[in-house]
Amino acid sequence: MSLGREDVAHVAALARLALTDEELDRYTGQLGAVLEHAQDLSQFDLDSTPPTAHPFAVAATVREDVEVPCLDRDEVLAQAPEVEDGRFRVPRVVGEAL
Amino acid sequence: MTTAVELAAAVRDGTTTARATTEAALAAVAANDRELHAFLHVDRDGALAAADRVDALTSQGRDPGPLAGVPVALKDNLCTQGVPTTAASRILEGWVPPYSATVVDRLVAAGAIPIGKTNLDEFAMGSSTENSAFGPTRNPHDHGRVPGGSSGGSAAAVAAGMVAIGLGSDTGGSIRQPAALCGVVGVKPTYGMVSRYGLIAFASSLDQIGPLATTVADAAACLEAIAGHDPMDATSLDEPAPRVVAALDRGVDGARVGLVAELLDGAAPDVVVAVERAAEALEAAGAHVAELTLPELRLGLSAYYLIAPAEASSNLARYDGVRYGLRVDAADVQAMNVATRTRGFGDEVKRRVMLGTYALSAGYYDAYYGRAQRVRTLMCRAFATAWERCDLLLGATAPTTAFELGAKTADPMAMYLSDVFTIPSNLSGEAAITVPFGRGDDGLPIGVQLLGRARAEPRVFAAARVLEAAA
Repeated sequence: MSLGREDVAHVAALARLALTDEELDRYTGQLGAVLEHAQDLSQFDLDSTPPTAHPFAVAATVREDVEVPCLDRDEVLAQAPEVEDGRFRVPRVVGEAL
Repeated sequence: MTTAVELAAAVRDGTTTARATTEAALAAVAANDRELHAFLHVDRDGALAAADRVDALTSQGRDPGPLAGVPVALKDNLCTQGVPTTAASRILEGWVPPYSATVVDRLVAAGAIPIGKTNLDEFAMGSSTENSAFGPTRNPHDHGRVPGGSSGGSAAAVAAGMVAIGLGSDTGGSIRQPAALCGVVGVKPTYGMVSRYGLIAFASSLDQIGPLATTVADAAACLEAIAGHDPMDATSLDEPAPRVVAALDRGVDGARVGLVAELLDGAAPDVVVAVERAAEALEAAGAHVAELTLPELRLGLSAYYLIAPAEASSNLARYDGVRYGLRVDAADVQAMNVATRTRGFGDEVKRRVMLGTYALSAGYYDAYYGRAQRVRTLMCRAFATAWERCDLLLGATAPTTAFELGAKTADPMAMYLSDVFTIPSNLSGEAAITVPFGRGDDGLPIGVQLLGRARAEPRVFAAARVLEAAA
């Protein structure tokens, strides 16, 4: 399973990254080398081995359902690139044609 | 170099003041850091204000805390309220967190004085601190070499004597490898022992915060201050901080130590010699050392470089130009996301986000991420069998001493191999420490690594202290 230029272009799009042609070539080689190294994981029969997602078994923890203060809205919005009427402002999502 | 324990004792008994220790640290930063670039931000006013609060407590006859007046450096992926936090990324340049990490609050509550924020590989992704968007840090022992990474700024700040203690984060070796390359002590605590609330997430099933210090006792004092349950971190172990300070002088008499072949394979000859000498030092102190092989550990690197990027690709999805940090304007929201991330992230971050996205993507999930998670199970089982026969495991921390700046930047795979001995204990959650032990043929520091089972920090620290005394 070797990694192609079109695979890298696809994951870049999924990851919301734009790549130049030069970057596409370079990343294809570099990511391919990592995946090639990862072929050593194929040497074991793992069908009967369960996956581990976390070092220790932990139960999901929940806190008491009581009101606690949260971060101050103005303080949080002060860090935003663009704000309007106490909300985050973003460019158009849907609507007018491009 | 005065240790943290000595500084705190002097501040507590009135021999000196926190103001004086803080001014000395700020002067050391001013004198050294133009060349070393360990710090991304120095919080002079905040440090002096914190020092004055400690001195006010002392003058009122109140307890200023176990780390009173001890200057500390914080890796810049730890949130600090009112103080810029960048994770060494352009995407967070100028961001000022509205809250502090639990570890920062706990250090301040213990009387420590945060001096500033230290350099790192962007989002802690790297092994040399060269992936910082703001330029590399230099190794204090040889300015032409890297300090290791990703906590290279904290390691260099401690090694150069600018601060007594640094905090780092360790996802695949990012505390231990730079500590080894800079000749200081570095601790990767048991997974869950230290709260990650306020740590900018990289790979959440692996990330741990821990101390870097010049002595094992200083690292112990810091760990006791920062460890222990935190309701703000759902992965935090529900137990108090381990009693490591009281365990420091317990020695290793009768301890069973496994010298792990897989934690030495591929290490440079001078590193192998250092580890063998460390084994002899433990035996001389009464430990029983036996060679051990854990073949599954060889798979750690491959598993890690699928699991960590997969988790990173998810964690870093939040950098979208909407709520904080950089925004690059574009016509619609998706184009804005792309433009922001493309300009805001550096090369290595892009590589890992894409690698992780690939490993998780339809058609490849089972072959890569799924397989890596099953291998992770094998690693955990391998450690479990080792603990049936051993109390501690010994190996190298890094394959070589510090390498030259630029030596591995063009070859990511070569850089990744720097983490081959540190990664297994991140995957399994085991406790780990690196202690300086001798010098390489090039005169640069070598670190040796001790591992203990989860929650075995007291035993690990006691053994580290034996090595420190024999080094």
